[in-house]
Amino acid sequence: MRSTFRALAVSGLLGLAATQAPAQTLTMAVGAPVTSLDPHYHQLSPNNAAASMIFSRLVETDDRARSVPGLAESWRAVEPTVWEFKLRAGVRFHNGREFTAEDVAYTLARVPNVPNSPASFTVFVRPIVRVEVVDPLTIRLHTRTPYPLLPMDMTNIYILDRETHEGGSTERFNSGELAVGTGPFRVVRHANGDRIELERNDQYFGDRPAFQRVNYRMITNDAARTAALMAGDVDVIDQVPTADLSRMRNDSRLALYETTGLRLIFLWTDHSREDATPFVTDNDGRPMARNPLKDIRVRRALSMAIDRPNMVGRVMEGAATATGQFLAEGVTSHIPGYPVPRFDPDGARRLLAEAGFPQGFRITLHGPNDRYPNDARIIQAVGQMWTRIGVRTTVEALTWPTYIGRAGRAEFSSFLMGWGMNPDGSHPLRNLIACPNRDTGLGASNRGRYCNAELDRGLEESSQMLDEEARQTRLIELERMALDDVALIPLHIQTNIWAARRGFAVTPRADELTRAQDVRPASAPAAAR
Amino acid sequence: MSDVTVNEVPVVAKVVKEETPFRRFVSEFFASKIATGGLIVFGIIALLAILAPWITPQNPYDLAQLDIMDGRLEPGSVGGSGMTHWLGTDDQGRDMLSGIIYGLRISLTVGVGSAFIASLVGASLGLLAAYGGGRTDSVIMRLVDLQLSFPTILAALMILAFLGKGIGNVVIALVIVEWAYYARTVRGSALVERRREYIEAAQCLALPTRRILFRHLLPNCLPPLIVVGTIQVARAIALEATLSFLGLGVPITEPSLGLLIANGYEYMLSGKYWISFYPGIALLVTIVSINLMGDHLRDVLNPRLKK
Amino acid sequence: MTVYLLRRLLQALLVMLAMSVIVFVGVYAIGDPVEILISPDADQIERERAIKALGLDLPLWQQYLTFLTRAVQGDLGRSFVFNEPALQLILQKMPATLELAVGATFMAVLIGLPLGLYAGLKPDSVGSKAIMAGSILGFSLPTFWVGLMLIMVFAVQLGWLPSTGRGETAEFLGLRWSFLTRDGLAHLILPAINLSLFKISLVVRLTRSGVRETMLMDYVKFARAKGLSPARVTYVHVFKNILIPVVTVVGLELGSTIAFSVVTESVFAWPGMGKLIIDSINVLDRPVIVAYLMIIVLMFIIINLAVDLLYSTLDPRVRLEGKS
Repeated sequence: MRSTFRALAVSGLLGLAATQAPAQTLTMAVGAPVTSLDPHYHQLSPNNAAASMIFSRLVETDDRARSVPGLAESWRAVEPTVWEFKLRAGVRFHNGREFTAEDVAYTLARVPNVPNSPASFTVFVRPIVRVEVVDPLTIRLHTRTPYPLLPMDMTNIYILDRETHEGGSTERFNSGELAVGTGPFRVVRHANGDRIELERNDQYFGDRPAFQRVNYRMITNDAARTAALMAGDVDVIDQVPTADLSRMRNDSRLALYETTGLRLIFLWTDHSREDATPFVTDNDGRPMARNPLKDIRVRRALSMAIDRPNMVGRVMEGAATATGQFLAEGVTSHIPGYPVPRFDPDGARRLLAEAGFPQGFRITLHGPNDRYPNDARIIQAVGQMWTRIGVRTTVEALTWPTYIGRAGRAEFSSFLMGWGMNPDGSHPLRNLIACPNRDTGLGASNRGRYCNAELDRGLEESSQMLDEEARQTRLIELERMALDDVALIPLHIQTNIWAARRGFAVTPRADELTRAQDVRPASAPAAAR
Repeated sequence: MSDVTVNEVPVVAKVVKEETPFRRFVSEFFASKIATGGLIVFGIIALLAILAPWITPQNPYDLAQLDIMDGRLEPGSVGGSGMTHWLGTDDQGRDMLSGIIYGLRISLTVGVGSAFIASLVGASLGLLAAYGGGRTDSVIMRLVDLQLSFPTILAALMILAFLGKGIGNVVIALVIVEWAYYARTVRGSALVERRREYIEAAQCLALPTRRILFRHLLPNCLPPLIVVGTIQVARAIALEATLSFLGLGVPITEPSLGLLIANGYEYMLSGKYWISFYPGIALLVTIVSINLMGDHLRDVLNPRLKK
Repeated sequence: MTVYLLRRLLQALLVMLAMSVIVFVGVYAIGDPVEILISPDADQIERERAIKALGLDLPLWQQYLTFLTRAVQGDLGRSFVFNEPALQLILQKMPATLELAVGATFMAVLIGLPLGLYAGLKPDSVGSKAIMAGSILGFSLPTFWVGLMLIMVFAVQLGWLPSTGRGETAEFLGLRWSFLTRDGLAHLILPAINLSLFKISLVVRLTRSGVRETMLMDYVKFARAKGLSPARVTYVHVFKNILIPVVTVVGLELGSTIAFSVVTESVFAWPGMGKLIIDSINVLDRPVIVAYLMIIVLMFIIINLAVDLLYSTLDPRVRLEGKS
């Protein structure tokens, strides 16, 4: 039987049609569905990917998530609380209307007022107290306090046309009628949750896309997406399942394009409870009087017990980088030289004994089973490793809707999370590490309820530092402070992987966006002006 | 006509001696070699499942016994602990042979358990509806409609989202979604049977309702019930697999056959067939053996084939 | 008859009402849609805004009342995710699912009935044993696994058929259908087979057992004794009798096929209602979940009613009124 299967697999390889010359149409399949073509309706990666094919931003981001000029050619802080953007001249929307500073002002006003938005972009415009149109190609944004992050926030806002979009509803965007931007592609047809058909915008101000027509399909089932690529029905897929990587790497008819991403996979431990935490018991199953996870030695032991390199190799099939910090090397706020915690089960046992748990304890590790690549496998592997140092671990994997609700109510003692970062360290620090506080808006995703007043003060200071170099130094100090205290247990940073049929090349992006303008015929030079 | 004939009328004709119904039933059942074969295979499977903790080389639920370094070994490989994995290992380093035997245990518990409970509930309500008629019938059948109008898989999905994962919860969900099939089937045939002379005769004799229901009506509604029951055991096992595939069935640390298949399915395209293939075979053999028995049972119990 | 129909419709309404309450409470119990929909960057102010925007700040009973008042006017709410009327969203996806389900049912009857007839008439032949063995396999294999195998064999290896998606569509009656184009039809074949596999087995078994029972009935024996041709006996006397269970089950199954297309649709990336509902459950898009289930319930009630009516036509012994 085994040989039969081998034969099947081999004939499968041969069954792939010989690569044809790159056609004028590109068919790509993405794993996550685009839910709306209204660029301000739902802040969601797949929607952002679709929006960045159709619309443009004042500040664009390159494949390494660095800010680069977009609709704004340059920007600077003319005063501590005033940012001035110089706009690109001669840009036109798909319907021929000219782009001016008025359109930017209109867009900034629309963002907080999209009806029924489940996840709006308001956060990015809230610091702006006044918008001043200086001339058609100059706009000034006033903030209450010095705000160094404004240009970065602008990388999230897609610019609309006042005349075209005034009063336009999300529905009319979805139907394609109002999906009119300044981006490299225009919408031909949009079938919700199924496909977007696009056509090249020859008036686009940036690099000219390589393909005339694009069929952007959504195939959420991993195996089906891979099969579609192997059957030649699509040319490019994203979110390549790690299970298929080893085979694809050896397949000369396919090529993989990968880059280290910005998504950190990590474990939270319960910081909020001093006394018993719900899923930790002693070895006889009785609740414990105090929460062992509040002891830094225990947290360190749990971190040291994890064999990260092997987990990356075995569970992630190499599609990740083991890490001990928030951001990957080469990204703005990466801490140079900060080590990946060494795998040391004996040291971990010693630390546990020092903390008063020579016999360990019992714990339930929770995680989702349908959210991140191999999520359920990761927690099982961690469970194995923790059990080896005497922390007998039960693993429970839940579906995301149930899981995230319970995690939000702090019902777990230890649990897995993923977080897509901005390259700027303020992003993870403000959202994950800062004390949860409604009024400042900090710590909104701090589900471990970690709280460190000194760190919060430092963060507050850094948020007004306009000297970029000094600010980065400060941020790196703060990151170090959080990590030294094991506020969370970092595991790995995911690698973003695209697979293409031979003849197609993809520029892999750190921000996980899958866009048609990043695909070109493999033989052609990188970018034709 | 050879003697391997399944469930044929001549077989029945051979029975001349006056026997108790049960003995006749047993002897008729064993008259078919295929059904007997099915029973033997099923017996072996059930035995394996029951004896799992004593016969498997590894306890696949104990994380301490698994080593991720042994992950995805080919069948016949020797793992780090010196153990030979005859059917390979899965991604967590779980011995597939042990995993399958334990998986059988869970699949059988879920499939047989849920079908049994659901048939008890369903058949009683179906009989009641058919015999009671009027308001009783209408209330029960609207309940059935309500149940049947809730798509099986979605209902199970919602119930499990409510209850959370777990073997007991899967059984509960399956009973809730499947009782209506039995009720509808039993009511359908009881509706026809009710008008027959023997029921009228029983009524004339003023036998108690319960006796008429269970001694006269039920046996005659049994054949379709058993066909449905057979289908539903198989279906319950497959449904459990599908739920596990969608991430809502049994917990990943205690995999059923379905979950093992779902888990290995990701590796099918990359040629690591054994993770999904062997559990698939085990599932297939189990269901086929159940169906072979059910098929024959149905013929044995069918009064209309005995005229 | 009219009274009977009216009563059934009234009952149907009650069923739908009960269903909507169950779903409302069910979804509420599962989790908080805002937690799922919200961007990870969002702060508490944004979170509260989103909760309000989706109308989730009100107590559950009040949310339900709002839903009910609007539902009476034909508005089943707007999708949290798509910001479009849920009903419209579902109706857009309905043709895809309908043609898949009808295609599968069609295949099941077309293949299952002759095979079952053959197996019933010649129960001892090798052919009918193979058919029965095949039908057992058809029951036994999980749909998702068969789906992937079909893709592996027919799309990846043989390259005969497209692997996923719906292909070209053509407009008919204002809706887009794929069975009208060559490409669309090619895309339809694999998912329809996948979905029909279970039902082919079901039809085969029902037909076979029906035939075997009927052949032993007195009236068939009588017809034979009268010297009617075997063909006439088979196709008129036997066939009519076995149609009852087959019609019932195929009818009932049409509804469940539509529901069960959830799995097939997600394996084949078929953009129908099933895929929509799975996606909606994953993000707890309650308006879509509720609307979808209401539509399915309605569909089921209509199907059941039709089956009952047909049943009474085919078998005069069954009386519909339900009174004794």
